[in-house]
Amino acid sequence: MLCATSRLLAARAASALPAHPRGRGPAPRSRRRELHFPGHPELPPGDLLAGRFAGPSVSTGRRAILRRGRMPPAAGGGLAGSELRPRRGRCGSQAARAAGRDVATETATARSPKRPAPLSSRRFEAAGRWALLALVTLTSFATRFHRLDQPPHICWDETHFGKMGSYYINRTFFFDVHPPLGKMLIGLAGYLSGYDGTFLFQKPGDNYEHHSYMGMRGFCAFLGSMLIPLAYLTVLELSRSLPAALLTAALLTFDTGCLTLSQYILLDPILMFFIMAAMLSMVKYNSCANRPFSAPWWFWLSLTGVNLAGALGVKFVGLFIILQVGWNTLSDLWHLFGDLSLSMVTLGKHLTARILCLIVLPLALYIATYAVHFMVLNKSGPGDGFFSSAFQARLSGNNLHNASIPEHLAYGSMITVKNLRMAIGYLHSHRHFYPEGVGARQQQVTTYLHKDYNNLWIIKKHNSNSADPLDPSHPVEFVRHGDIIRLEHKETSRNLHSHYHEAPLTRKHYQVTGYGINGSGDSNDFWRIEVINRKFGNRIKVLRSRIRLIHLVTGCVLGSSGKVLPKWGWEQLEVTCTPYLKETLSSIWNVEDHINPKLPNISLEVLQPSFPEIMLESHLVMIRGNNGLKPKDNEFTSKPWHWPINFQGLRFSGVNDTDFRVYLLGNPVIWWLNLLSIALYILSASIFAVAVQRGAHLPVKVEGLSQVLLRGGGQLLFGWMMHYFPFFLMGRVLYFHHYFPAMLFSSMLTGLLWDTLLRLCAWSLASYPLARCVHVLGILTLLLGTAYSFYLFHPLAYGMVGPLAQDPQSPMAGLRWLESWDF
Amino acid sequence: MLGFLQHPVMVTAEVNLNMVALTAMGLLSRLWQLAYPRAVVFDEVYYGQYISFYMKRIFFLDGSGPPFGHMLLALGGYLGGFDGNFLWNRIGAEYSSNVPVWSLRLLPALSGALSVPMAYEIVRELGFSHCAATGAALLVLIENALITQSRLMLLESVLIFFNLLAVLSYLKFSNSQKHRPFSPRWWFWLVLTGVACSCAVGIKYVGVFTYLLVLGVAAVHAWHVIGDQTLSNVRVLCHLLARAAALVVLPILVYLLFFYIHLLLLYRSGPHDQIMSSAFQASLEGGLARVTQGQPLEVAFGSQVTLKNVFGQPVPCWLHSHQSTYPMIYENGRGSSHQQQVTCYPFKDVNNWWIVKDPGRHQLVVNNPPRPVRHGDVVQLVHGMTTRLLNTHDVAAPLSPHAQEVSCYVDYNISMPPQNLWRLDIVNRESDTDVWKTILSEVRFVHVNTSAILKLSGVPLPDWGFRQLEVVGEKLFRGYHESTVWNVEEHRYGRSQEQKERELELHSPTQVDISRNLSFMARFSELQWRMLTVRSDDSEHKYSSTPLDWVMLDTNIAYWLHPRTSAQIHLLGNVVIWASASLATLAYALLFVWYLLRRRRRVCDLPEDRWLRWVLAGALCAGGWAVNYLPFFLMEKTLFLYHYLPALTFQILLLPVVLEHVSDHLCRSQLQRSLFTALVVAWFTSACHVSNMLRPLTYGDRPLSPSELKALRWKDSWDILIRRY
Repeated sequence: MLCATSRLLAARAASALPAHPRGRGPAPRSRRRELHFPGHPELPPGDLLAGRFAGPSVSTGRRAILRRGRMPPAAGGGLAGSELRPRRGRCGSQAARAAGRDVATETATARSPKRPAPLSSRRFEAAGRWALLALVTLTSFATRFHRLDQPPHICWDETHFGKMGSYYINRTFFFDVHPPLGKMLIGLAGYLSGYDGTFLFQKPGDNYEHHSYMGMRGFCAFLGSMLIPLAYLTVLELSRSLPAALLTAALLTFDTGCLTLSQYILLDPILMFFIMAAMLSMVKYNSCANRPFSAPWWFWLSLTGVNLAGALGVKFVGLFIILQVGWNTLSDLWHLFGDLSLSMVTLGKHLTARILCLIVLPLALYIATYAVHFMVLNKSGPGDGFFSSAFQARLSGNNLHNASIPEHLAYGSMITVKNLRMAIGYLHSHRHFYPEGVGARQQQVTTYLHKDYNNLWIIKKHNSNSADPLDPSHPVEFVRHGDIIRLEHKETSRNLHSHYHEAPLTRKHYQVTGYGINGSGDSNDFWRIEVINRKFGNRIKVLRSRIRLIHLVTGCVLGSSGKVLPKWGWEQLEVTCTPYLKETLSSIWNVEDHINPKLPNISLEVLQPSFPEIMLESHLVMIRGNNGLKPKDNEFTSKPWHWPINFQGLRFSGVNDTDFRVYLLGNPVIWWLNLLSIALYILSASIFAVAVQRGAHLPVKVEGLSQVLLRGGGQLLFGWMMHYFPFFLMGRVLYFHHYFPAMLFSSMLTGLLWDTLLRLCAWSLASYPLARCVHVLGILTLLLGTAYSFYLFHPLAYGMVGPLAQDPQSPMAGLRWLESWDF
Repeated sequence: MLGFLQHPVMVTAEVNLNMVALTAMGLLSRLWQLAYPRAVVFDEVYYGQYISFYMKRIFFLDGSGPPFGHMLLALGGYLGGFDGNFLWNRIGAEYSSNVPVWSLRLLPALSGALSVPMAYEIVRELGFSHCAATGAALLVLIENALITQSRLMLLESVLIFFNLLAVLSYLKFSNSQKHRPFSPRWWFWLVLTGVACSCAVGIKYVGVFTYLLVLGVAAVHAWHVIGDQTLSNVRVLCHLLARAAALVVLPILVYLLFFYIHLLLLYRSGPHDQIMSSAFQASLEGGLARVTQGQPLEVAFGSQVTLKNVFGQPVPCWLHSHQSTYPMIYENGRGSSHQQQVTCYPFKDVNNWWIVKDPGRHQLVVNNPPRPVRHGDVVQLVHGMTTRLLNTHDVAAPLSPHAQEVSCYVDYNISMPPQNLWRLDIVNRESDTDVWKTILSEVRFVHVNTSAILKLSGVPLPDWGFRQLEVVGEKLFRGYHESTVWNVEEHRYGRSQEQKERELELHSPTQVDISRNLSFMARFSELQWRMLTVRSDDSEHKYSSTPLDWVMLDTNIAYWLHPRTSAQIHLLGNVVIWASASLATLAYALLFVWYLLRRRRRVCDLPEDRWLRWVLAGALCAGGWAVNYLPFFLMEKTLFLYHYLPALTFQILLLPVVLEHVSDHLCRSQLQRSLFTALVVAWFTSACHVSNMLRPLTYGDRPLSPSELKALRWKDSWDILIRRY
């Protein structure tokens, strides 16, 4: 940077800048003082430097540029950074290479002698560009599809996402914490490639055997390969510089981490594809800003919306790119709003267009994915218990589907009781006692998410255990609001019981147990049943009535704390009796199954919830599921600060030296270069920003580069921050692969930064051939360096067999640069 | 000079009178009957125990906040001559006669009282009228929740005081920036800003939000200074350096100072020792220091040691073994090696002693001179009481089946060879030839045959393992985690050749002599780290609430109930003030956006200086509210209404600002203005009235009849205690 700044000073002095914005005459001497950089207050006054640097070696072309530099760039007069931006660049890739339009037009004449651009050479250049893009795409596909079938067994999370793909093919309902789009696409890819959904995907390491898995892997690898051309185009659009784009593409192609993550049946390649596509279309759309409402403008704008919906539909992490696009749109609108030449009507059109394309369209698409999801999955499956009773009625095969059960609860009925809070489950008990030291040593009562005989309870009168209530000679007696009842566990014949002992996990609540023998217990078994929404009269309706059970003796309310019991409780959820009478969902229940031979069954078709209700419910369940993924004590978890330094990888496959091992780890050369680049970027960008704020007028060429750095680079840095820092706030379990979207942005920033810095350096060196040489050499070094590091580390991604890295015989010997890498 | 002085004397006197009156009223409202009730009120029970610890100089660890706040409360106790002898166990317990209640509550009350004139000054410095300033101060004065909170031995009022002080001194600084930068006055306010910020952070971590806000405003102002081209580069640099020193470096130093004083004061060991590392414990008087005093420093072959796990989760424990073996078959049908159990045991026990043995020799005693163990040496660990060797092998551990079982080897003659060699890996070594030191060295034991690492899995074993914690050999993991790290706590050189003598020796206390010190920075970083990571049970509380309940005061906290009558103290705000402050914030936000958009279209409703004033007031007051309120949505701990009070104070400051703005700029005619003034007066009267009605619940000085209490329950969600007779 130093070389660049001193060069700046020289240029400044040589071109004797104007004293005030409009003036064209030579500057008064006294103005010189402003030109120093705050960082180098002791630098000698410009004349001397100018004599040394800007001497005879300055070419005529350069001089012309410098002289043009007297014109204050349109942006130079602004105060804050935001007002600096010359608003619009050119549309499409055929635009001139300079960043700002104003700068570009102004320099057009100055440039012409240096770069004559006749039509033929331009065509040649365009062809070269296309060839380069094709080359980049080809390399990326080649690296991603190389040895895609290896290993032919389940790797890491393929066990989840492959399984979920199969669920779509089999149309069985399941529950996952991520939105459905990604898994639906995987399922679709599998379906189209002839996979029949019969493979079980039980655990990592299971062999695929005859099942066709290449379709799904190929689909993910295809999207993973597309990342590189997308990044290439994005950087090209932001920097208008082929070397920068090329460098970015190389960084991503040769990164072992991106490669590994793209080769398996995972959500990440799909997510990253949508993120990058959204970024590219946003950038493209930004450069169309000078032709609003034209066809390309609409195209890129709506494509942005489509990709946003895609990103959010795969994982909730997609929210970050939405925020980024949102921020970009806001600042865009802000600039339009400040443009007094636009009427309010035009502004209204602008606003409406964005609302339509960036809010309404994505939302519609997102909802559509759910509609498809619910339509496809119409069979009962492993996810049922996570959802409310009403929801389950939709699923064929579920016992609530087209169910006909007695409507009103009567004494003697056998019931299951479900908590109304999402993903808590059914009131449950089993033949195990609370361990010693955890309250009274009586039978455990928990909540359980799966359907099971142990969820069945019999509702009885508190004072009579007499005759069999199912005896037909007894009249049917309905349970009413406010009745005192007893709940007897069917399998063990113990009563639901509570007493003044602290609950196992929530110390301030009371313990709930199963007590008594064959239904005879004590007065602590009495509960008052209350209906909360009493619009159905005093009787208690199956499924519809929201009930509370209040313990008669202590006055506490039966509820579930939602905490997971330790091993002794089979990791089911804790049930407590809470003395705080606040009305929360966790202490409200409904009756789901109901068996009573004395009552007539009625059909419960009417229950089916509407689509918005299903949407809301499935989102609540997903959020709860995400929050539930908490790290346990003494578990080694990945911390966000580990990620950018490539501290530790993830084992995709294989442990021992005889196994086929795949290890997800970034290419350390690239990752550490990225890290360095972020620091360098912040440094150089702040130097430029301060220089502008101090009123320094930059030479045109430097001005253009600084615009690329501040605007293009700023967007990329913002993207990196948006995709990285929120993880510090997340309480859930985090994994290394969460960093990869941020890594894409960071690599793009690296490409853009090094190209710009090398250009600056080259510019500060005097003669044109030498400058070009420096630039080309620098870029080449970086390209070859990354390629060589990929050659070194490629076994991580393509798989390795043989001894572990600490063994000198290993293929990776000497490459375990950090002790925490275990390959 | 004289003329300059004479003219503003009038003005100054006027201001002073206002201020004096406000201060006096503040003092009166906060100090009146301060020693009543003479019983533990609400969270006093929590802070009180720490005050007692300070009085007795006993070390404690409190994860809720840095020590400055606790120290201030303890200062009150010190001035009042408190000896720390009071059992803080129950809310409502009568104070015994040795507890100087008045002086314990004095500092919070004084901070609460001084917040009143400070509110006045802040609004003045923001450039608004005396009338608005007085209004702000009066609102702070009569706000019931603020009164309640500052009359008790609690920290919120002190936090609010320093928050306001930070904002006020920054404003004074930035106002003097225009006229006389680098004057003594300029320096004074700049430094005071830094100090006040760090005091706020030192009381509660949430103070950091106000600090960040002030830093943010300062950064924007500094950016303008950079853009000011009338200043020379050197001068700009001086400006930046001065700000960096006073607003970044100084607060860090002051924060460290709090911990320095804290550690200086608390030099005795106490109940929280166990959470800290052995080295830290050894630096306290009594406790572990008494045991380890005079131990040999360097561990040698033949040393007898106890090994403590550094992680200390779920409980601090020592590597342990005993005669019992692993059950042949576990409950789930898996088999074990049936060798002697190795566990981690949270209590001192003779079975925690291990002897460091050289694999090449048979002796279990220390040579003369002792041969120290170094990083990378291969050792065997002999269990002192059973003389079996620590062993691990490819058998799944009882509860963590992915890891190896660790046992003390028993030879059953079943072709399962002993694998009892461990390589010593000193984690915090300075060089590769470092010697293994007692207490100071953090070591890992890497198994030679399988390269597994000795690790505490933290899972309690079932009954057959006496509920001690499981220890495993971790194969997969090679990164650093504290649960794989151990340190020697007790240590002596073994002297006895015979098993019987050795057992006697193991039972005897350790002795011999050397001393060790831990530097302040080491102690500080350990303490700070533990404070941030210590986990308190996030228990549900009867009066806990969510941030959404706070804005419109939908909740309250019953602080205290008289043991016999129905006199009671509640944390209950003045509903009129809370509601109108929230409305004012909303109005500010809407007006701000409106003006901003209009300015963007070059329509300037406000003159430039008015606009800047309006923006600054919003940045500090509305911003102060936002930064002190919104982060609570992300916090997972149990929240209470009093967490909102710092945010509320900023919101109250905004209220008169908005009112004055409406009257000056939005009321077009004189008539409208008069009407508006009348409205404001009526509104203020009603606020005073409400404040007066709630007074019995604020001071708790007057028993109310059940009907009166019922009448006070304006919202169903309020919990007012009504005695049943």
